[in-house]
Amino acid sequence: MTVDTTAPASAPATSADLPPSNGTRVTNWAANYIDERTSISGLVKELGRKIFPDHWSFMLGEVALYSFVVILLSGTFLTFFFQPSMAVVTYDGSYAPLKGIQMSAAMSSTLNISFDIRGGLLLRQVHHWAALLFVASIGLHMLRIYFTGAFRKPREINWVIGFVLFVLALAEGFTGYSLPDDLLSGNGLRIIDGMVKGIPVVGTWISYLLFGGNFPGEAIVGRLYSLHILLLPAILVAALGAHMVLLIVNKHTQFAGPGRTEGNVVGSPIMPVFAAKAGGFFFIIFGVVMLTASFVTINPIWVYGPYDPSPVSAGTQPDWYIGFADGALRLIPHGWEFMLGPYTVSMNILVPVVGLVVFLAVVAAYPFFEAWVTGDKREHHIADRPRNAPTRTAIGAAGVTFYAVLWTAASSDLLATHFKLTIEGVITFLQVSVFVAPVIAYLVTKRICIALQKKDREIALHGFESGRIVRLPGGEYVEVHEQLSDYERWKLVSFDDHAPVMLRPNKDGKITVPARLRARASNWFFEDRIVPVSLTEIEASHGDQLTQEQVAVESR
Amino acid sequence: MAEQGASGSDVQKYDASVSAGTGVVTSDRIDNPGFEPFRARVSELDSKKEKANERRVAMMFGLSMVGSVAAIVAYIIFPIVPGDPGSVRTNTFLLGLGLALGLFGIGFGAVHWAKALMDGHDLVEFRHGTRGSDTTRAKAVEVFHLGNKESGIGRRTIIRNTLIGALVLFPLPGIVVFRDLAPAADPNDQLRHTVWKKGTRLTKDPSGVPIKASEVTLGSVFHVIPDGLNDRQDKLEQKAKAAVLLMRLRPEDLHASKEREGWSYKGIVAYSKICTHVGCPVALYEQQTHHLLCPCHQSQFDITHEAEVIFGPAKRPLPQLPIAIDSEGYLVAQSDFHEPVGPSFWEREH
Ligand code: FES
Repeated sequence: MTVDTTAPASAPATSADLPPSNGTRVTNWAANYIDERTSISGLVKELGRKIFPDHWSFMLGEVALYSFVVILLSGTFLTFFFQPSMAVVTYDGSYAPLKGIQMSAAMSSTLNISFDIRGGLLLRQVHHWAALLFVASIGLHMLRIYFTGAFRKPREINWVIGFVLFVLALAEGFTGYSLPDDLLSGNGLRIIDGMVKGIPVVGTWISYLLFGGNFPGEAIVGRLYSLHILLLPAILVAALGAHMVLLIVNKHTQFAGPGRTEGNVVGSPIMPVFAAKAGGFFFIIFGVVMLTASFVTINPIWVYGPYDPSPVSAGTQPDWYIGFADGALRLIPHGWEFMLGPYTVSMNILVPVVGLVVFLAVVAAYPFFEAWVTGDKREHHIADRPRNAPTRTAIGAAGVTFYAVLWTAASSDLLATHFKLTIEGVITFLQVSVFVAPVIAYLVTKRICIALQKKDREIALHGFESGRIVRLPGGEYVEVHEQLSDYERWKLVSFDDHAPVMLRPNKDGKITVPARLRARASNWFFEDRIVPVSLTEIEASHGDQLTQEQVAVESR
Repeated sequence: MAEQGASGSDVQKYDASVSAGTGVVTSDRIDNPGFEPFRARVSELDSKKEKANERRVAMMFGLSMVGSVAAIVAYIIFPIVPGDPGSVRTNTFLLGLGLALGLFGIGFGAVHWAKALMDGHDLVEFRHGTRGSDTTRAKAVEVFHLGNKESGIGRRTIIRNTLIGALVLFPLPGIVVFRDLAPAADPNDQLRHTVWKKGTRLTKDPSGVPIKASEVTLGSVFHVIPDGLNDRQDKLEQKAKAAVLLMRLRPEDLHASKEREGWSYKGIVAYSKICTHVGCPVALYEQQTHHLLCPCHQSQFDITHEAEVIFGPAKRPLPQLPIAIDSEGYLVAQSDFHEPVGPSFWEREH
């Protein structure tokens, strides 16, 4: 491996030139001690000056990673006080309005964490806010990867691992939300119970086994606790490790820019710049979560009270990341349940569940689909600007819109009451939107991308309009165009160009069905295509350009 | 170093033996102009600015120390006073503020240090294909060959096949032992019955006070549980099936079918409160329209027509509890529900 990570020539003389101080001697001794027992110097040599490119959007994944660390730290604290038991106790803590009320030990210990342990409420809120941030940043990180095409070869597998992390984060969120055994979380579990019962053939039994008998039973909190603090985090940490290792193996993508090629990576070395920035960023994220947690109450379970299957208040919302599933349930029209002989088939549950699973499967499989369409076997390390892959960007926009409609549907009742609409009207509108809005988003996004590409092309060839009108000696008025520097232009012209495949018979002289499909798909992807500015075009455009200097010369 | 990465355009970086698929490969592309000349930062040019930045970073680290100590102080001098929610707020707020300062000091200090004082040159590292080199791959293949040869796994098919069989079977007991996650009894039976039976009094939720028919005025609605529920061990499980809503309408507004004519008492009707969609409590009653609304997914049930669904994802009407009055004028159940309550399940009508 050739790594050009030597210090710049201007660097000051290193400490090696000076006689070692006491501190240096201790460090040297410690380094030697460890290396003789672990051979860690190899790792340091290999990774210490690895290069990380810089872009704000590359920090989204970091946010996810750091909020996970915050979750682990605050969660560990909470486990020391939380009792994952549904045994009925009489609450006798500091929160007066609930004194003497019967509730589960889980709820009671959560109240104790909130009202009797110093810093308990703070860390509960740190844990919850960090969890919300974790899911949100994973979502945004995935969108960044998607819209810049950073899932292309060789990163398809890491995309899938990242997707698994996303699903695990949702599962962690839901199991954690259910632990305090308050009214809201119990209601959430009730909905899960109802959904599980809707699964054909095995649903009744799965629910029965899950809850250890009839809903709610006395087992579920303890079981979810095992999942929440043991099984899911173990898988999550393992997947996270694999995600990081592949990140190092594949190296980070970078945006197109002068000097950046598919064959290099340009940026700051881990030691010291990236380590300082990333390490500092961790503390900033932690600080933001801490500040939010000390200012803003989240999940005030004492307001909701302990779980009881009977009361429920209107307008209660699940944590935002579960919203899309709840919205999908709401959009099913009346009457979607039928009998299959003596058996009940609940399409009103199956359709949303299967629909969401398919949606997630499409997300996970997208990189393989695009790889099949393009047939491109090259490695890609330059991140696309979204506009330069119009069809991909448009598909992404359609997916985001679909998700957004489902998410909105989860608040259909609030929409109706806030804007004084009928609930029937809101639901019907959303039922139509869930199909129509993604299509509109697709078409509009694609047009916008192509328009932006055209503008880029225009600017690369003819420069900016400077707004200066000049009168030439012949009496003619022209607007002066300011040319781009080579560096600026490079950002606009260096992108991957794809053309639809031509349908040709294979060597047996046949046109196979897969080939036909692929041709169709590639046509869909690339027929509206703006080619990057070529060398010939640039040279030609320089000929008929009036640059400032020329104007200056001519008007003299 | 910059120039080293700048040679040639993207296109030349691709290995020609790898298919570009639909990718257009042309030689008529603009060349990569190479790196922009490095622009030094002010602090690198001006030693006064450098000193100022140094001071700034140290100050942030210093503030962090102040914050962490302040957090400990806040923890000690603002304890939680039992029964005073204000003290919880103060403790949370000040402790959090101290901790946040401790974190931000380190965070902003380190980032500022990196941005203002550390070497700002972009460095270049070359990529090499992810795939192992041909020799490495040949060696890996060789390892598998040797493994096969020395163990004979390919040759000794009987060993291989029995091993596969054993590996397939060994996890099965691990699945089977999960059967006892739930009791032995069949869930279907339990889903079909609630604690309501002939003569069980309707009582108020949550107090358990019996309800006289005369209390139920026109237009009123009661949240109801069966008498004796509060004393049961399995209170929540039973309540999750037995919760009932009681309403009084004008008798002429009720459109009861033949077989249900005797199920109400002077316009008083009782329906299961558990939504037939996925089981939320259907708690919102609109007096004007006599509609019940489920707050979870907005299914609406028309009480004047035996709680049939008029909107929303639920399919089946809420089951009705047949009621009457006993000799003292209290409302009682005539029997259990005549069908399973709550969400649908596969064997429901079996
Ligand atoms: S639970 Fe009542 S509508 Fe879904």
